[in-house]
Amino acid sequence: MLVAGIKSRPQYPGLVLDPKARLHLIAAEGEGALAVLALAAAGGPDFPAKTVVYYTPGGSAGAGHVGSLEALGLDALHVTPTVPTLLTRLDVHLATATMGTRLYTAGAEGFLGQVVQLGERHGIDHLSIRTEHCGSLARRVQCVHCKGITENVTTSIVPCAHCGLSLLVRDHYSRRLAAFMGVCVDAEAPGEVPAAEEIFR
Amino acid sequence: MGLVFKTETFRDDFTFSNSPASIRRFPFPFDRDAYAYSVNIEPHTKGAPGSVFEFPIDVDEHYVAEMHDRALVLKADPLRCQSLPHMITAEWDLVELLMTSMAEAYPEHFTLTRDGDAWHWINRPLGIDDRFTFGDTATLPLPPMEYITRQCQGDFSLLDQRDNNLWMDAGIVTTQADWSLDFDIGMNFMEWHGPVPLAHEAGVFDRALKFLLNLQLGRPVRRLNWTMTINPRLDTSPENYHKWGTDRTTVTTENVGDKVHLRVELQALWRLPRSNAIVFSIRCYLIKLSELVTSPKWARRLHRVLKSLPPELIDYKGLTRYHPQTVEWLSKFDDGAPTSPGIGPD
Repeated sequence: MLVAGIKSRPQYPGLVLDPKARLHLIAAEGEGALAVLALAAAGGPDFPAKTVVYYTPGGSAGAGHVGSLEALGLDALHVTPTVPTLLTRLDVHLATATMGTRLYTAGAEGFLGQVVQLGERHGIDHLSIRTEHCGSLARRVQCVHCKGITENVTTSIVPCAHCGLSLLVRDHYSRRLAAFMGVCVDAEAPGEVPAAEEIFR
Repeated sequence: MGLVFKTETFRDDFTFSNSPASIRRFPFPFDRDAYAYSVNIEPHTKGAPGSVFEFPIDVDEHYVAEMHDRALVLKADPLRCQSLPHMITAEWDLVELLMTSMAEAYPEHFTLTRDGDAWHWINRPLGIDDRFTFGDTATLPLPPMEYITRQCQGDFSLLDQRDNNLWMDAGIVTTQADWSLDFDIGMNFMEWHGPVPLAHEAGVFDRALKFLLNLQLGRPVRRLNWTMTINPRLDTSPENYHKWGTDRTTVTTENVGDKVHLRVELQALWRLPRSNAIVFSIRCYLIKLSELVTSPKWARRLHRVLKSLPPELIDYKGLTRYHPQTVEWLSKFDDGAPTSPGIGPD
């Protein structure tokens, strides 16, 4: 379960089909494929023809779902090797998206955050993007000191992948950065770094 | 007006101090002997002559030194000043608010001459004399918000109002008590207050937001907020926490009076006329405890407030490492006598 009650943290209510959409544009990562399959099962007979999916097996153990997605017979299924390649392609798609396009996303939180961030850059209100959290609880963390982003963080404390400071992962979340805040844990007593705990597995 | 601008530092050798007159006008924030959470918003109306509430924008003896420190912070970290593209109208609104307020309150230091959109701004303490076209960013040497706030004490954020919420979509933040503009920009009111303990449950932010959404043009409001800082350091940013964090371990029973500072924020909010955005200004006042205890009332009361602080707040305000020494040191100034009403000194 995700930690509840952190005010800056987005809610992920789950994918629900928008029957008025002319195009369902879905970005999914890893176990997010399961949310796409569930959406397809709930959709009508015209769902496959109205749906474009960008999918990456990603970093959250989504092996084996490509075949199931292919079997849906979608208008288009773009499988990409990594999250950054998916975002690059989705960015170009959104630049020419037309009225009636509904954006959905499913996967680990760092992935959801980056898709919402991309959507907002194209003028889509974040609340109108439908989101479902699937798979790992791994976090995307911004080092507040050097501003570097460390991906797939499952522990607090974590070393910043850029400047090397030992970061405490706070529950404060920035939608603009699509990341949680990491703050130097031994700033007041350099060298006194508590043991890392795996809490976002 | 007898404003003499001091030469002093807020880093390295820390030469900052308050003159006796500056101590007398310090905005002591506690109006009772025990700590209580409250929204404590009041109209930002003209206060007593000489007080920090006399004018809408207070300029004091630390003005020139603070502006120098701000320039140093921005040189090292330009991300402390950011504005999302849709905030440009609000930036110009802020230029008007600050220039008109400062010129009206301190005519010997600041002069604003307006001929339609042709404006002429003179800032004598900083040696600035610029003519520009109001509304035309290309006619200023810097973007409008950055230009004027490099000439005004305190941090500023510009809040956009939409969807029944306020969004922190622009700001300049170089004297903050440990919050990051770069991290919080783009957040709404509930989100940026996310880390504050206890107050969400008490409904404080719901009430405050409802109140602010109805803020009227020409009727600004203010409140005082406080924390404590070791050494008179203006830039206690999370960005530099790994550089100033060890300050907190340097407090001993001998140096409390010199090291520990009460940090008070005079926060004011104004509705802006063109953008309908809100300016949220956060003016920081620092006073070392040895200066503060020259008012026996403040000494007694601060001792009682700090003693009654809930553990969550001691932690949130970062006081954990030096709270016991500070309370003990202050206890020497608390003779148990009653304190008089109000926040002013004796």
